[in-house]
Amino acid sequence: MGELTSKTIAELRDGFRSGDFTAREIAEQFNAAVAAARALNAYTVETPEDALAAADAADQARAGGETGPLAGIPLGIKDLFATQGVDTTSGSKILKGFKPPYESTVSGNLRRAGAGMLGKLNMDEFAMGSSNETSAYGPVISPWRRNNGSNASLTPGGSSGGSAAAVAADIAPGVTGTDTGGSIRQPAAFVGICGIKPTYGRCSRWGIVSFASSLDQAGPMAKTVRDCAILLEAMAGFDPKDSTSLDVPVPQWEANLSSDLKGKRVGVPREYRIDGVPEEINALWDRGIEWLKDAGATPVEISLPHTKYALPTYYIIAPAEASSNLARYDGVRYGLRVEGVKSLDDMYAATRAEGFGAEVKRRIMIGTYVLSAGFYDAYFTKAQKVRALIKQDFRNAFEQCDLILTPTAPSAAFGIGETTDPLAMYLNDVFAVPASLAGLPAMSVPGGLDAQGLPLGLHIIGNELDEQTVLNAGLAIEKRAGFTARPGKWW
Amino acid sequence: MSVSTEQVRHIAKLARIAMTDEEVERLAPELNNILGWVEQLGEVNTDGVEPLATVIDQKLRLRDDVINDGDIRDNVLANAPEAQHGFFAVPKVIE
Repeated sequence: MGELTSKTIAELRDGFRSGDFTAREIAEQFNAAVAAARALNAYTVETPEDALAAADAADQARAGGETGPLAGIPLGIKDLFATQGVDTTSGSKILKGFKPPYESTVSGNLRRAGAGMLGKLNMDEFAMGSSNETSAYGPVISPWRRNNGSNASLTPGGSSGGSAAAVAADIAPGVTGTDTGGSIRQPAAFVGICGIKPTYGRCSRWGIVSFASSLDQAGPMAKTVRDCAILLEAMAGFDPKDSTSLDVPVPQWEANLSSDLKGKRVGVPREYRIDGVPEEINALWDRGIEWLKDAGATPVEISLPHTKYALPTYYIIAPAEASSNLARYDGVRYGLRVEGVKSLDDMYAATRAEGFGAEVKRRIMIGTYVLSAGFYDAYFTKAQKVRALIKQDFRNAFEQCDLILTPTAPSAAFGIGETTDPLAMYLNDVFAVPASLAGLPAMSVPGGLDAQGLPLGLHIIGNELDEQTVLNAGLAIEKRAGFTARPGKWW
Repeated sequence: MSVSTEQVRHIAKLARIAMTDEEVERLAPELNNILGWVEQLGEVNTDGVEPLATVIDQKLRLRDDVINDGDIRDNVLANAPEAQHGFFAVPKVIE
């Protein structure tokens, strides 16, 4: 039977279906691996019984000949997804102990497809962060270490850092993530796995704790491009409960996977050559272009003239929407309440002061400021107008190309505590944010290692609703990059 | 544009977040740093550009005007820090 925890979802699914091993054997091995990896702090809650129950149901269903597409596959669920009866904290103290009486549409879709749940995955508080250091439950430690003999703890990226670490450390074969400005793609790049953020509206946001509603989008993270296609097919779909859900059919992404890119044009945006980005990252980008050429595609230079303004636009729009979304944490309906106050107003202010961490407070303050009377037009309306121009840049670009290739992040993973300036931290998402603002599908696939032996990712942006081309280009890179490096087990 | 500590206090009040003087002193330069940085958007000519509020090209759907849920009081109150007699309880708001 061997180590099932190192297998891909496709391998587990096929082996389970052909009877090489049972779903219970898969769940037991992953449960044991989860329990043995607590040093990573990737899970905030472990749910081994849930994984076993789903496994037993899958084994029974297989005996009867009827199984769902994810039968026998246990998954990790980011703690931003409401899971019925299981703690959902969003990495925040203000939601400590919150047990939703409902299930998010996406996690419910995965369950209906037969998946079990290994537990809830740690994350930056309310998904605000790029390093997992803002979690109220402590940072996630990346399974990777530098090759220079240093034992420094590295960040797995964020905000889906627990998700990324879990896949990289073989303590989940696949996971859910969410991406508001790079929160799936940057952590996937940092730990050498794949992650895709689909077109805005593909996955229902119902039951996902809101950060910035016009940007938030769920997506899968897994070891391979194929696994991402399998998971995304199960997660996506129209949901009448989400007014921004797209009423379009879910394509058969896995069945249509092809690494043949003949006739495809790859846009290479000149504005993504940014000063100060390590040469290794630009060199990997060049290799990525060669790989896509080898797969049959033709590179074309394109221009996305407003790239430089994407991050400042994001850091007005996302905090503005967050300040409004996070108004619901008031100590009345759920979560923390600070007692011993004089008035209702005091209770709100004391509860929010106690319950929110520094980064969340900072963003609520920025959001409140840019939405306040006198500043609304100068900041918020202005940012929405620049967002329109960024979207237009991509529309123009996709008249000349079918996909866009860029690096995923401007650096490899950094050490925990190494980046303390909030603005410097925000710059981590410089390559990821524009696609988020435009609502486009985008994916990170591992491309190679830097001089310190740490993974670097390549980033593919596709046109609206064209996840297939993104996945296909990802597959073409995956086949050529031959990325097989894994972190040495120290935990 | 620069945010004074007085303004930070005012924003904190609007955001319903209690803050100590020390926190206000620390936050003011941080906010100024971030706001100074976003002000580069002023360079972009946005004359005649419609603000983009949503990236998807669809009208807000209306659901049928029917009761599709209800009778779930205990569910709604299940996570309340304080519930009394089937209601959310809060500190006294009227004399």
